[in-house]
Amino acid sequence: MRTTVSKRKIRDRFVQKVEELSGQKLLACYQCGKCSAGCPAVSQMDILPNQVIRFAQLGLKEDLLESKSVWVCASCYTCNVRCPKGIKIAEVMEAVRQVLLRKRCDHVEVQKLSAEEKAGVPAIALISNFRKFTS
Amino acid sequence: MKIMYYPGCTLKSNAKNFEDSTLCSLKELGVEVEELRRWNCCGTVYSLAADDLIHHLASIRNLIRVKEAQADTVMTLCAMCYNTLKRVNERVKADPESLAKIHKFMDEEKISYQGDVRVRHLLEILRDDITFAVVATKVSRPLKNLKVASYYGCLLVRPKEIGLDDLENPTVLENLFVSLGAHAVDFPYKTECCAAYQTVDKPDTVAERTYHILTSARDRGAEVVAVSCPLCAFNLDHRQKETARKFPEFKKMPILYFTQLMALALGCGEKDLRLDLHYVDPKPLLQEKGFV
Repeated sequence: MRTTVSKRKIRDRFVQKVEELSGQKLLACYQCGKCSAGCPAVSQMDILPNQVIRFAQLGLKEDLLESKSVWVCASCYTCNVRCPKGIKIAEVMEAVRQVLLRKRCDHVEVQKLSAEEKAGVPAIALISNFRKFTS
Repeated sequence: MKIMYYPGCTLKSNAKNFEDSTLCSLKELGVEVEELRRWNCCGTVYSLAADDLIHHLASIRNLIRVKEAQADTVMTLCAMCYNTLKRVNERVKADPESLAKIHKFMDEEKISYQGDVRVRHLLEILRDDITFAVVATKVSRPLKNLKVASYYGCLLVRPKEIGLDDLENPTVLENLFVSLGAHAVDFPYKTECCAAYQTVDKPDTVAERTYHILTSARDRGAEVVAVSCPLCAFNLDHRQKETARKFPEFKKMPILYFTQLMALALGCGEKDLRLDLHYVDPKPLLQEKGFV
């Protein structure tokens, strides 16, 4: 895969938006990989948690917005509590989700869930899922 | 001792076994419990986006209800409610500007909330106020020979400033089970995420996590896994159906709330355990051990 890095991308409004929404300084990350090493969802991710931060630093907006990873993350905070730089990776994941959700790009389409799927899970599961995955 | 209690949505339905067993246990321990009046959903998850204040309102309203009841502490059972209420509370305490904005959305509330309610989990009250030594003296049916693995999941222990115990190696549940006469089994997956709300759109992911978590507990000798979150309980218990389908060698095992085991030890009756709400029937194991 060929990736082009440019000043234009790095200075894109998207990078600023992710920093604002997450409240994190992306450049604090020095890519040690501790977050990815402990993430329980990593086997289902196309971009590893440390790469999510790296891509966000470099403004690789399309790759992030199309990635499965942010929807596989369940905000368990294992990465956050282990990061030696104190970066809240889960908040960065949330920021990328929010960029999409705020444009009404829902990950879960409530009307497409069957009656059995909705009735088969407790309220706590439905409410938290819709809070995280719908606008 | 009297405690104000916030149940949350699932404690009144799928997790009625969690609520009933807690109320019976606390009665046996001589603690008076009062359910918060006019409580509403806590929001279930803490809003992580820095500018998303509107979703903190649900939690703040509950904390206002606590103030209205002239109490300064509220007890939760559900790990998600505990985490959300406590984290919102800490956020507004540290950030008066956000709190002022939140108040503008709730101008009909008579109390201007200042962050002065303490959000506590039942486990903290058992450990720090009642103490496990006192719990041990009230045990009438020791959980002899029962091998219990304690599963904490995420939200009781993370993030650090919210968690009620060591975030990598919590032991509060194990210590409680020892005081109840059980054999506490340690296992490496006790704080590994069960995939939580992914259970709605990715049940297969939950089945895989359930497989790894429960197989690890079984390999360490556990006969039952104890939980303290209704979502973990659903995933680890009810999703065993999908787990068994995906992994043919998987052996099902009963999942109980820690309060159901505590209620048993303190002499509560079977009606307080609501064993009918489980997918994997815990009754054969409890009968084999002579507890029911």
